Amino acid sequence: MSDTSVGGGGGGAPVAAARAPAKGRGTDWLLLVAVVLVVITFVRAIYFTPIEASQGAAQKIFYVHAPSAWVAFLAFGIVAVTSILYLWLKDPKLDLAAESSAEVGVVFTTMVLVSGPLWGKPVWGTWWTWDARLTLTLFLWFIYVGYLVLRGAIEDPGMRARYSAVLGILGALLIPFIHLSVYLFRTLHPMPIVLKPSAPSLPKQMLETLLFAFVSFTVLFLAFLRSRYRLAIDRAAREAEERR
Amino acid sequence: MREARPLSLAAAALLIARKDLAIEFRTRTAFFSAVVFALLGIVIFYFAWDPTAVATIDLAPGVLWVIFTFAGLLGLHRSFGIELADRAIDGLLGAPIPREAIYLGKALANLVFVGAVEAIAIPAVALFYNMPFGGQGLAIVAIALLATIGLVAVGTLFSAMAVNTHLAELLLPMLSLPFFVPVVMPAAQATARLLAGRPVAEVASWIRILVAFDIAFVVACMLAFPFTLEE
Repeated sequence: MSDTSVGGGGGGAPVAAARAPAKGRGTDWLLLVAVVLVVITFVRAIYFTPIEASQGAAQKIFYVHAPSAWVAFLAFGIVAVTSILYLWLKDPKLDLAAESSAEVGVVFTTMVLVSGPLWGKPVWGTWWTWDARLTLTLFLWFIYVGYLVLRGAIEDPGMRARYSAVLGILGALLIPFIHLSVYLFRTLHPMPIVLKPSAPSLPKQMLETLLFAFVSFTVLFLAFLRSRYRLAIDRAAREAEERR
Repeated sequence: MREARPLSLAAAALLIARKDLAIEFRTRTAFFSAVVFALLGIVIFYFAWDPTAVATIDLAPGVLWVIFTFAGLLGLHRSFGIELADRAIDGLLGAPIPREAIYLGKALANLVFVGAVEAIAIPAVALFYNMPFGGQGLAIVAIALLATIGLVAVGTLFSAMAVNTHLAELLLPMLSLPFFVPVVMPAAQATARLLAGRPVAEVASWIRILVAFDIAFVVACMLAFPFTLEE
């Protein structure tokens, strides 16, 4: 983070200090690569992947829905790991990484929750159903929105970091329990079709598109995470500056 | 000078629980408001459904557990709220006791508080909704106890966190309610089955979730609690 000029800028105007880091970084090549990959995924999904026989074009939502869900779980996994590491090592950077990951995770969870009903309506005949995985995703969203609200409600950075780390860890511990209790209700969701003991039951072209979508969404996630983390670092530096 | 021996974890926790309950017993404000709140809830819920269309036996378990949750939140909020006045928490933090004992003591006092509300609310539901609690009474009490331990374990920790934020009253339910799902859902489901005259064996998997939740979250919250205190 050598280009974070906020700390070293001295008595510059606040506006200039806020703008400087963005100027110093130049092009975010990772984000550029991610966007290109996602565009390729969509073009491939729409034009070069066969239309599913029984579900029609609606099934194309699959290539947004499933990778978003994967990214959301990845993001909340990172929140849990960085939270544990924070309580252990007390490095504020870990807390900022958790914050960034939670925020990006909430965005992708929202994407899952929006794309799901759009797919569910034509295929299941209903926008929403209290199916195990839907319910779990909804509660994930609640937990991590609560996490972000908690962060916003605490001024002191040290206390904010400790409290949110505690919530980040307990949230991860809660997920299996919610899963278990909602699973005892019958589930409408398709059973695993890619990661299962026998061969994936998806036509080769669809599988390739799906795997490509997983890769491109993961790169997109990493790009978002990185720029959100840089923002968090800049913000923390400015907060520290103001307190001085 | 008398040599003060450091208190054991359990003794210190009991002492703190006794202090909180003594405060509550002398004022009784939170307890009465929670009980009245629970009774009001039971009455109002009855009118939220058409009693000729939905049998009260289908309604009662859900009502019971929603009300316990909200009445519990009233008590939980007070748990660390009372330590704010004159920074009473500093006295606890300065005491030569393990930090975990503060959590356990507070949780124990909350358990008694919510349990007492339930002891009034369950018979009230039996009365107002004409419920036959008699047959499976013991099993229902056991489920209520298991579920209350789970609610209180998480709620006590979040109460300690929420009082130090800008949004105390709002944040406690917002953080707690998702954590109450794996408690309230099994408890309500199990109560419903038992009230319908099903055997205890049929609700064994719900009870297992409750037991697992209690063990996991009592331990996790106790370990996490010291991190929520000022260092």
